[in-house]
Amino acid sequence: MEVKIKVNHKNITDNIPADLLLIDFLRKHGFYSVKRGCDTANCGLCTVLIADEPVLSCAVLTARANGSHITTLEGMQKEAEVFGSFMADEGAEQCGFCSPGFIMSVLAMEKEFEKKGITNPSEDQINKYLSGNLCRCTGYMSHTRAIMKYLKRAGGLK
Amino acid sequence: MFNGKNYLRPSTLEEAWTLNQNKNNKIIGGMLWLKMGHKNISTMIDLSDLGLSTIEENDQEFRIGAMCTLRELEEHSGMEQFFSGMIRNSIESIVGVQFRNLATVGGSVYSRFGFSDILTVFMALDSYVELYKGGIIPLEKYADMPYDQDILMRVIIKKRTRKGVYLSIRQTATDFPVLACAVSQNQEGAWKIIYGARPGKALAFESGLPEKPGLSDIEEAIGKLKSWGHFAGNMRGSAEYRKALAEALLRKAIRYTMDMTRA
Ligand SMILES: Cc1cc2nc3c(=O)[nH]c(=O)nc-3n(C[C@H](O)[C@H](O)[C@H](O)COP(=O)(O)OP(=O)(O)OC[C@H]3O[C@@H](n4cnc5c(N)ncnc54)[C@H](O)[C@@H]3O)c2cc1C
Ligand code: FES
Ligand code: FES
Repeated sequence: MEVKIKVNHKNITDNIPADLLLIDFLRKHGFYSVKRGCDTANCGLCTVLIADEPVLSCAVLTARANGSHITTLEGMQKEAEVFGSFMADEGAEQCGFCSPGFIMSVLAMEKEFEKKGITNPSEDQINKYLSGNLCRCTGYMSHTRAIMKYLKRAGGLK
Repeated sequence: MFNGKNYLRPSTLEEAWTLNQNKNNKIIGGMLWLKMGHKNISTMIDLSDLGLSTIEENDQEFRIGAMCTLRELEEHSGMEQFFSGMIRNSIESIVGVQFRNLATVGGSVYSRFGFSDILTVFMALDSYVELYKGGIIPLEKYADMPYDQDILMRVIIKKRTRKGVYLSIRQTATDFPVLACAVSQNQEGAWKIIYGARPGKALAFESGLPEKPGLSDIEEAIGKLKSWGHFAGNMRGSAEYRKALAEALLRKAIRYTMDMTRA
């Protein structure tokens, strides 16, 4: 079947099998930041935004996403770079495999806090929002420090 | 992952229902559970175009469309107020935000999983399901019905004010519950106590608690719970362990609920 999907503001038209998963569609079109880390929809590595909402691309039919706008990490280079430097400063990355999905979730979380007027989120609120992103290497402590500093940066949450 | 040959988005419920009568076809909700299986599906039926994606609220009830996501349910301010955060508490431990942005109310309730937090919390409220052919029936009745090929259109929760709490024990924060307990008390003082993940399906425990239970009433209810033969063992815990947890959760839940009704 034919689908028209906008990825990072670029239109893509393709003829796909009905059961093609969005993750495989995105990788087929070169968005390699989107990765698969599990087969139970548990790890969060494959997180992308559909109409600004974070979802697991490993559990979305490309057919259902027809007509929508998808954002992957490739489309958020600037924002990712800013957060990435906070991660680097805290030594938060080990192998880095979990980072693309994790960064997508952090950026989505920041937007949601802003929308809800949460200017000073607690660690508990952050942990709850990010519980769907697993990391095999770290103990999350460095991640948490990086997020706290990132959200409190000049020009951060208001 | 399953295989699916065709994908259709019916524009009427009748069309969707007709497609669903063929056992080789399947309704696709959030697909999170389906995706873990290996079925060969002929036509994947997407209910997205049938107006089942909204939560409507009127004087009488909340009407939750089958295609609403768990995240929408969790974030709904009307239900948050009316049911004192019980619904949010039951949902916020399910995997993660990106998962709950996909998982649907319809897929969750249709599945009637033993471990279901959602079935457990809905059963502690005044809930009904609306089926396309089967009409509106109480959720407790639906919980016991065999899986059939009707379409679950929505879950309806009556606006009868209930104070209550949702408690669960999990081995890790976002794992399936080892035991879940939803307790609520309506304005007339009647209690509903539901245990889920027993590990069997959510079930009501008839406690006999009076409107304002004293210590001896609570002890009597605990006595009844001890001989309630509906806990069993599985890899997450033995029947004895669940019984001990059930007692602790019930004591806590009664106390929290009474604190709320007093407030
Ligand atoms: C890794 C993992 C962890 C989980 N942890 C928990 C947990 O801790 N607590 C908890 O309560 N739940 C948990 N769940 C269950 C989850 O919350 C959903 O209930 C489950 O995924 C089903 O919802 P879905 O929308 O994905 O349905 P799908 O997988 O799309 O469908 C499930 C079934 O329902 C049928 N169906 C879907 N919609 C309808 C409809 N409207 N009418 C008739 N039939 C329909 C489908 O045909 C299918 O047979 C977990 C699931 C997974 C995969
Ligand atoms: S690949 Fe693990 S959640 Fe999608
Ligand atoms: S840094 Fe290796 S998985 Fe997270």
